[in-house]
Amino acid sequence: MHEVTHETRNNLPPTLVAEFTELCTHYPERRAALIPALHRCQEELGGWLSPETLEAVAGFFELEPVEVFGVASFYPMFHLRPRGKHLVSVCHNISCDLRGAQDILDEACKASGCTPGGTSDDGRFTLVRVECQGACTSAPMLALDGVYHEGITPEDVHRILGGVQ
Amino acid sequence: MTRESHPTYLLDRTRLHDSHTLDVHRKNDGYRALETILKEGHSPEQVIDLIKNSGLRGRGGAGFPTGLKWSFMPDANKDRRARYLVVNADESEPGTCKDRVLMEEDPHGLIEGILIGCYAMRIRAAYIYVRGEYRFAYDRVAAAIEEARRANLLGKNILGSTFSCEIWMHKGAGAYICGEETGLMESLEGKRGHPRPKPPFPAGFGLWGQPTTVNNVETLFNVPFILDRGAEWYQSMGTENSPGNILIAISGHVERPGVFEVPLGISAREVLEDCAGGVWKGRRLKAWIPGGSSTGFLPASEIGLAMDHESLKNARSMLGTGAMIILDETACTVRSMEILSRFYEHESCGQCSQCREGTQWLTQILHRIENGQGRMEDLDLLSSLASGMAPGKTICALADAAAIPTHSLVRHFRDELEEHVRRGCCPVPSSPGPAAAPPRSPSVEVKA
Ligand SMILES: Cc1cc2nc3c(=O)[nH]c(=O)nc-3n(C[C@H](O)[C@H](O)[C@H](O)COP(=O)(O)O)c2cc1C
Ligand code: FES
Repeated sequence: MHEVTHETRNNLPPTLVAEFTELCTHYPERRAALIPALHRCQEELGGWLSPETLEAVAGFFELEPVEVFGVASFYPMFHLRPRGKHLVSVCHNISCDLRGAQDILDEACKASGCTPGGTSDDGRFTLVRVECQGACTSAPMLALDGVYHEGITPEDVHRILGGVQ
Repeated sequence: MTRESHPTYLLDRTRLHDSHTLDVHRKNDGYRALETILKEGHSPEQVIDLIKNSGLRGRGGAGFPTGLKWSFMPDANKDRRARYLVVNADESEPGTCKDRVLMEEDPHGLIEGILIGCYAMRIRAAYIYVRGEYRFAYDRVAAAIEEARRANLLGKNILGSTFSCEIWMHKGAGAYICGEETGLMESLEGKRGHPRPKPPFPAGFGLWGQPTTVNNVETLFNVPFILDRGAEWYQSMGTENSPGNILIAISGHVERPGVFEVPLGISAREVLEDCAGGVWKGRRLKAWIPGGSSTGFLPASEIGLAMDHESLKNARSMLGTGAMIILDETACTVRSMEILSRFYEHESCGQCSQCREGTQWLTQILHRIENGQGRMEDLDLLSSLASGMAPGKTICALADAAAIPTHSLVRHFRDELEEHVRRGCCPVPSSPGPAAAPPRSPSVEVKA
């Protein structure tokens, strides 16, 4: 059982609490599970880390919320503001750039209705430019909700983004 | 020599159907080295000596001798603290995507390497720090760990021996700096990935202040083969000071980009021509990067260089991660450097002002040159800024990683920089122009 030692306004769902309790056993110090736990929260709790989520996580790890915020804000994969239903990440680093990342980005903007860094009006997409994703030998690439699409052409972008709800 | 004519081992199994499964792995000599060590009772010291004698050098970028690194761990009889092996699977150096292939296609090879490393250093827990974006690689390794555990290749009393060891997976969250070994350890502890000043070194004060060794995925992947086939076999490949085979990821303007296994010391031209099918579209080579973004730009005239630690060091570059990036005649080296600089600016952790401010200034200057607003003085300004950032001026080598390519650009592509300034625009007709603005706006404008 998870012992509640902090009075928290917001609580994590019991499934996540169980998961994190197990996760903590992988390490001699519980805090080490913080970043994997933040990943899971982002996956399960709306695609971003809201102040309420961060506070609940802080409660679980017995840390100050500001400490958890400090960690979360360091890492580009964590979203601290609400985002669209689907996340489109286009790599704009060197190997992708040499093979047409700019065209992929332009198409992705058109197909998603986003500007880079922005969310589409219908809330379906958020589009971000990301640094090297380790797909350099099959550049250019984009990731849709974390799933890589590699060696793509601008035409592919419409097919990939067109296929989601 | 063609690609087929040298002996290979690293990628052999990855070509088999279902190469990621324990079944296929074991049918192809997998876990044989570990089994031999445990059954024949080789001592940990014997294992370390063998790795030392093989001459294996780290594949994470710095090329540090692996056996020597392992021998830095304190004597377990005198130092009874817990000790850890950390596997660096953060793979974020632009151009680099070779650890990914190993994790996705032969995860058991990595697990066996980890177990042998732990045995040699008397370690009972290892953490694999995988960059957060590598979901598929993460799942493959995690599944392999479960398979290995069920087969008693992992956990308590492995294969009935007295050796027990656990391997845990850990997911990063997209920060390049967490590939730097001390930044990685901070991150693993659940903190911001701020590199630590060294000394103390990880062997004495690592994860949670305990003795720790950090090794790259490909480094550990080499280990079982060396145990199985011997140091002499290992040294029959590669060069005297850089033995063995290496995975080279070649990307950019080539016909067949990919990850290839070649002996260290092979000429870069051979990798380009024979493995990657040459510069694409029949174009001419303009510039190339030998070992990931930190190793800088080299001119086409140096494509005959050998891909080993010494040769590239003599050319004022580095073997780095062995990730070759090829730029053809239609590429603009200034734009490419601007992209790299923007990357380093974005990834600087901000602890050291030389790096935090320096990378912002480099980006600004490169941006204005590419944008046609550069001044001739900017060229020397780039060099002097880079000299102010590295070497040895910051807590970690991220500043060096930005400074080295900057110096290389001014050294080898001065003409192209000057032409940008003279013409007041990017002279390369096919270049898309300046790169996107950096995600953080610079705090100060730099004037020449
Ligand atoms: C900024 C920076 C980023 C690094 N990124 C990685 C990385 O992603 N993967 C890696 O194995 N090594 C990386 N390194 C090198 C590690 O600090 C360390 O030297 C390496 O993991 C040691 O393993 P090896 O001896 O097996 O090569 C990086 C170094 C620096 C300075
Ligand atoms: S540069 Fe785009 S994946 Fe590496």
